Amino acid sequence: MSQAFRTEAGGLVDRGRALAFLFDGREYEGHPGDTLASALLANGVHRVSSGIRTGRPRGIFAAGVEEPNALVQIEEPFPEPMLTATTVELYDGLVARGLRGRGRLAADPDPGRYDGMYAHCDVLVIGAGPAGLAAAAVAASSGARVVVVDDQIRAGGSLLGTGEHLDWVDRVAAELAAAPEVRLLTRTTAVGYYDDNYVVAVQRRPGLPEHRARERVWRIRARRVVLATGAHERSVAFAGNDRPGVMLAGSARTYVNRYGVLPGRRAVVLTGNDSAHDAARDLAAAGVEIAAIADLRDGWAITGVAGTERVEAVTLRTPDGIERRLEADLLLVSGGWNPVGALYSQAGGRLVHDPGLAAFRPDGNCRQALEVAGAAAGSYTLGVCLAEGAAAGRRAAEAAGLEAGAIVLPEVSDPEGRPPLAVWTLPGGDPATAFVDLQRDVTVADLTRATGTGMRSAEHVKRYTTAGTAHDQGKTSGALTSGVIAELLGVEVGALGVTTFRPPFTPVSFAALAGRNRGMRFDPVRVTALHAWHEANGARFENVGQWKRPWYYPREGEDMAAAVLRECWAAREGVAMMDASTLGKIDVRGPDAAVFLDRLYTNMISTLAPGAIRYGVMCRPDGMVFDDGTVIRLAEDRFLVTTTTGNAAAVLDWMEEWLQTEWPELRVHCTSVTEQWATVALVGPDSRRVLATLAPALDVSRAGFPFMTWRDAEVAGRTARVCRISFSGELAYEINVSWWDAVALWEALLAAGAPFGITPYGTETMHVLRAEKGYPIIGQDTDGTVTPHDLGLGWAVSRKKADFIGRRSFSRTDTARPDRKQLVGLLPDAGSLLPEGSHLLTGPDETAALGHVTSSYHSAALGRTFALALVRGGRDLIGQTLWATLDDGVTPVTVTGSVLYDPEGTRRDG
Amino acid sequence: MMLIPCPWCGPRDESEFHYGGQAGVAYPADPDALSDEEWARYLFFRDNPKGPFRERWSHSAGCRRWFSLVRDTVTNEVLR
Repeated sequence: MSQAFRTEAGGLVDRGRALAFLFDGREYEGHPGDTLASALLANGVHRVSSGIRTGRPRGIFAAGVEEPNALVQIEEPFPEPMLTATTVELYDGLVARGLRGRGRLAADPDPGRYDGMYAHCDVLVIGAGPAGLAAAAVAASSGARVVVVDDQIRAGGSLLGTGEHLDWVDRVAAELAAAPEVRLLTRTTAVGYYDDNYVVAVQRRPGLPEHRARERVWRIRARRVVLATGAHERSVAFAGNDRPGVMLAGSARTYVNRYGVLPGRRAVVLTGNDSAHDAARDLAAAGVEIAAIADLRDGWAITGVAGTERVEAVTLRTPDGIERRLEADLLLVSGGWNPVGALYSQAGGRLVHDPGLAAFRPDGNCRQALEVAGAAAGSYTLGVCLAEGAAAGRRAAEAAGLEAGAIVLPEVSDPEGRPPLAVWTLPGGDPATAFVDLQRDVTVADLTRATGTGMRSAEHVKRYTTAGTAHDQGKTSGALTSGVIAELLGVEVGALGVTTFRPPFTPVSFAALAGRNRGMRFDPVRVTALHAWHEANGARFENVGQWKRPWYYPREGEDMAAAVLRECWAAREGVAMMDASTLGKIDVRGPDAAVFLDRLYTNMISTLAPGAIRYGVMCRPDGMVFDDGTVIRLAEDRFLVTTTTGNAAAVLDWMEEWLQTEWPELRVHCTSVTEQWATVALVGPDSRRVLATLAPALDVSRAGFPFMTWRDAEVAGRTARVCRISFSGELAYEINVSWWDAVALWEALLAAGAPFGITPYGTETMHVLRAEKGYPIIGQDTDGTVTPHDLGLGWAVSRKKADFIGRRSFSRTDTARPDRKQLVGLLPDAGSLLPEGSHLLTGPDETAALGHVTSSYHSAALGRTFALALVRGGRDLIGQTLWATLDDGVTPVTVTGSVLYDPEGTRRDG
Repeated sequence: MMLIPCPWCGPRDESEFHYGGQAGVAYPADPDALSDEEWARYLFFRDNPKGPFRERWSHSAGCRRWFSLVRDTVTNEVLR
């Protein structure tokens, strides 16, 4: 029978429309306004899942985010694991199944869209129950900018569950929604509370077309925050307290009043406070037979629960000690109410134990600009909640310099109640079936074992037993766990405390956090002016930082090795060209620019004449190499320095830091011009002739344009700056033109070089060519523990300058050690290509490594494989044999100097 | 997400800033006058207090200004 447990009338569901859904393969119906849990209960389904460790049947225990049991996997329309049936809004076509702990991630990309939103406000109210609505209404009356977030589909909070004053709720909600300075966000859960009142909330937006965001992550900065997050009911630990049909009393009340669903036909109630009596009254009015109310304050208890798939009977013990078995399909439990203190705790506030409340509540002394109102503060009567909320809203408006007006609150008279009694455990039965944490299957027996091993802190017991670490983060079990531990240790629960709450309050999907920053938007992709040409001509790309750089250009039928050998051969024997535009370029200018660069580089820059170029090395103060590049002197007061591609931003930051913090007296400005200049490296014995064709006015002779100088010239009809720099040991030029002229230059070079077989090459060939010459790549052949001397760059370290960054460190005993790792070359005896990272051993059976391979290639020029390596005392080992580790053994290698090709430098000038 | 007061731009989100460690550790005027140990203390040793700490920040994703402030390392409150 469909929805046999739905009441005749009442509740906040739309009975006029039916929604069909599948659960565990069976078809059911529910209504708009239902959660998956309320719709299942309406159809008499209690068992939803199984305990993750015990496999015991588990049912629906609560009615909101605190649910520990009813874990489900959504299968359609898109798989989503680890949701709770109590928080999944029912929709037509929903397909779900119960989960035993772990779910299944989707194998396909999520087709949904997710987005991020930012908001600033005077007052952020978290929770739209009675306290939160009163706070928001008062604050809004002042004209303050107010944001209200609430995790339910409509405002009302606990009033939705009690069914009281809904007309007032609807009127206030409508006024807030219409107010121009107020943003009322329902279906929005505040999940994180960070420094300086920065709150992150996740908004669900079901039922929208696919192009609209399914979820939004709101990042809200608030002048003041009112926490009106309410309270969660907790259970009592007794044997069999996990059976389907055992339910928190307040949640059962919510199912009846809000959803028009009867969670059972005949109920026993176990409570230590008044609220469960109200629940019993509402259930009885709706037609549930109340078999008994066992009030712990009067000496009643429960000694047994019968039934496995569902509660069948409950054994009571009367105050006189007489046991009575009652048939029942529902056992309502109320061990008390815990103020929801997670966000308060995240904000840096402390939760203290309040004996009168029999619960932990916020201590009211948080350093952040917030206050707590209503049940979240431990006020459990409606009149007090409303008054506290209104007062909090008024103070929040005043803090923004605004004056709040009067609002209409419902007339309520709070009843005189009996104080609650905190009862953590009931004696009798097997403590291994008395659960404290249903989601982690942690029992009183587990806690007893933990305290038995000597653990005294709730944090230790949590980590040992995993209590409170499931995705419900112990919302219903945290205080109960502390209570039971305190009982076991014989200490006051207040002295023990509760474990720390950390974000997120409820699980958040990575898709929501990523928002739009997926795929192409994950990280910016930087391309050069020549990128389209590279793509059109079959380049394979490699990522260098955010840049896409051509890696190699395979021809038909070529693999990478063949393409790189061909490209290398062209550079060594003919002419080749590369897009070098990604090199970092920084314009350094000002009267003190030369002084500044002298302090920054290890070598002397100030003696450089305008028109000349010098290679330079930068170190950190600890003497370790940080970057290298060339320095071009454009004028007395102006330089252009280049950096490695990946380090361009870091070098600019480095310059700014020293200028601002140590040398503010220096008159220097640094400007990144990386993307203003496009750079083409023209390399090889025939490069001079190609350049001469395109720059007829430029004297390209050896004497007229010597190595390490630059000239302004017209190249291919474009304004260009040509540098005679070589990163390959060959005669070479770097031609710089405006980014806009790059394609014209590139194509002109291709045409002019065609008679010489000009060959475009990529980064792999560049690496081989430089490695043959022993030029290190910072970040590949170095790792932040390498000095210029270790690299054989001692010649680039000035002995004349009074000081430069890193100089003092070169005389530290550690940097002066003779057995430091030094850059050397390696020739594998068997001709194999060594894996980069291979360890280098002194013998085939040794295990202690002297160093490791940093670069390894096939060389067209040498006709063999070779490698660069950092080796302890390496320069003293030249000529000796070491052993390099491979996946399946070792191979002998001969240590050489790091310059393997043309060590005399005969090819540099063509 | 701390709100950090940039002296030029005013309060901005922490994610716009780059952290620069302890403030007031000046580059020694005459590094040669320092023993190896004293130089190593300049290079490698920094305070790590629980409580007020004067530290450097750079508004790296904004105006790029370097500045110092005092932050309570327990509460993240910016004291001055």
